[in-house]
Amino acid sequence: MSQITRRQALTAGAGLLAAPALVQQVDAQGAFNWRRFAGERIEVSLTANPRSQILIQNQREFEELTGIRVGSEAIPEQQHRQKFVIEFASGRPSFDVIGISLHVNKRQVGRARWTVDLKPMIADASLTAPDFDFADFGAGAVAFSTQADGRMDTLPEFTDYFILYYNKEIFARANARIPETYDEMYETAKRLTDARAGQFGFVGRGVRNANVVLYTSFLLGTAQRDCVDANMRLITDTPDAVWAGEMYKKLMRDAAPPGVAGFNWNESQTTFAQGRAAMWLDGVGFAAPLEDGTRSRVAGKVGYAVVPRGPANHHCALFGTGFGISAASSERKRGAAWFYNQWAINKTNQLRFLTSGAGSPARQSPFRNEEAIRTSRFGQDFFTTLIESARIARPGLPEIVPVTEFRDTLGAALTNTIGGADVATELRRATEAFRPILEQSERAT
Amino acid sequence: MPEGVTSAQAAALSGAAADKARRKRAYARHYWPFVVPAAVVVVAVIVFPWAFTLWMSLQEWQLGSGRSFVGLANYERLLTDARFHDSIWRTLYFTALAVIIPVVLGIAAAMAFNRKFPLRGLARTIFILPMMATPVAVALVWTMMFHPQLGVLNWILSQFGIPPSMWVYDQSTVIPTLVLVEVWHWTPLVMLLVLGGLASLPVDPYEAAKIDGATSWQAFRYITLPLLAPFIMVAVIIRTIDALKAFDTIYVITQGGPGTASETINIFLYLNAFAYYNMGYASAVVVVFFTLIIGLALLLLWSRERFKDNVR
Repeated sequence: MSQITRRQALTAGAGLLAAPALVQQVDAQGAFNWRRFAGERIEVSLTANPRSQILIQNQREFEELTGIRVGSEAIPEQQHRQKFVIEFASGRPSFDVIGISLHVNKRQVGRARWTVDLKPMIADASLTAPDFDFADFGAGAVAFSTQADGRMDTLPEFTDYFILYYNKEIFARANARIPETYDEMYETAKRLTDARAGQFGFVGRGVRNANVVLYTSFLLGTAQRDCVDANMRLITDTPDAVWAGEMYKKLMRDAAPPGVAGFNWNESQTTFAQGRAAMWLDGVGFAAPLEDGTRSRVAGKVGYAVVPRGPANHHCALFGTGFGISAASSERKRGAAWFYNQWAINKTNQLRFLTSGAGSPARQSPFRNEEAIRTSRFGQDFFTTLIESARIARPGLPEIVPVTEFRDTLGAALTNTIGGADVATELRRATEAFRPILEQSERAT
Repeated sequence: MPEGVTSAQAAALSGAAADKARRKRAYARHYWPFVVPAAVVVVAVIVFPWAFTLWMSLQEWQLGSGRSFVGLANYERLLTDARFHDSIWRTLYFTALAVIIPVVLGIAAAMAFNRKFPLRGLARTIFILPMMATPVAVALVWTMMFHPQLGVLNWILSQFGIPPSMWVYDQSTVIPTLVLVEVWHWTPLVMLLVLGGLASLPVDPYEAAKIDGATSWQAFRYITLPLLAPFIMVAVIIRTIDALKAFDTIYVITQGGPGTASETINIFLYLNAFAYYNMGYASAVVVVFFTLIIGLALLLLWSRERFKDNVR
């Protein structure tokens, strides 16, 4: 029998010591284990909104489940957009998970490849929980999160539809019907306006940039529907575009409160919540404050409906948020970040979003939870409106990189129309101003 | 050689001069390292950012995409950018109002507070309170007060039978309304500067004027105002610089709207840099804006010197 040398003994010892780690590694590559990245710490950067609030309030659940520590920040939307773009551009972002407004930053993030493609992670059974149920995400939401090259660089979290809020009391008093077309909406709004009594038929965004999403809601009802054609050429000076501009102008001039040219969503919300407007066209996320009796005079009197139909089509504007994982993070942090995304956008949290009125979830299962919907403080018409809106949703802004500049340029023209400027002239001027910027951006892409 | 100086004395003199020059050189050699820290800071926080901004202004650079040298293309674009031109005029309009009104009101307030009356100290304290407030907080409060339907200002107007105003919600009234906030906020500063000047004025000229039968207005016009001129000039310079760089109040209240009606150069610059991420173009705006400020500052300094000469 040969004697064991000291070298052989050391090798065997090292092998024995390494065995648990190797077994863990092999196991990690096999079955899914929530505690695979235990001890890791990740940073999460979100916009300040009720949904982020829910995630931050419940993040202890995730930490206990995974052993991953989470540092979360929630920053107002506009500042958040600036912050994450600058941090990504610096090459060393301070976060691992990032909430991205897809209607604003999708192309920019996709072009720079700042976030990783999630498809390989979703396909990896060792990284994705068995109950993740990717098929539960709505097709529209998945399409919104997917880049033109097929990369899915965010996980859809929230889909925001423009809906019609109306004051049931004012409608009942005037024996008015919920409008089914935009022309009807204008007529109804005009009829319900009594400026001397401080009551207006309509309120909506008039301030530059923010107002474009109201305008595109009207445009979506035309045959043209979008602001750019298939070749990404700007078409905001066509007859359809002018029709949408005229609808915007006459609603805002004839049926909205004085000063609406300076209204963003918050002024519109205040006006509607004070019972001074009969109708308000805006995102779904305002149901909670409107139904809060301590902040709103119309709590319990708010009606919800899908947006009216246009002359050629019936669509509601779609916006959305997705959670991306920073490509600059280490591989282990990316894994932990993916675990966070799975938890943050799981069925439980998505149901919490829906029933608290924080917004419309990207998953479909919450809408099938009849028990939760029945016991919610929102009426059935709210949920019906969301389900109907999902069916007719279409992106409310063009998927272009300089989307903020587009909104500013077109938005300034729209604000001018509230002041009385000619719609066709303003739209032509704005189109001429922005077209070269878009062309340059598309060339760069 | 100068008369009466021997060659030995001359040699000694030139030797001393040479020694002095040598000592000076040695001094410089030994002590120049002490200048280095200050020089490094100046280069790091002034020279480098400026050189970098100039260099960036010659680039086409959008965050998230590549960078390319475009020479003076950004400056050429500025020449034809109507939105930029409008923002310059708006800045000058806003600055003129936001300087003249607080200076006039500040002088009037200083004259009032220079007289003795009961509770003068308390009144002065209350008057300077706005100056202590944080601009962003002030802007948020004003925003609520300006609301055309729910704001308190229109309610106050209605109590006097005055029709409501659109304040910052209308393109024609937005700049004067923003100036109103500036006036409320910064008139106390002018008052304090002028009040300091009034306290230092001699009494003799007033006594002489009184003996000569000068009226109060004549004493103010021909004695107080000329003697206060240096203090007023300081107030004007401070206010001009403040008004030119005004950003927080405008951004919080209107973000440059409605439309572009209150978009000053600062807002235009901010949007280009941090909303559109056009770093090259925004840098070109910075360079032009800096040139404008330098020009305006030189004009003010020249006026000050000319004013001083006239007073003398």
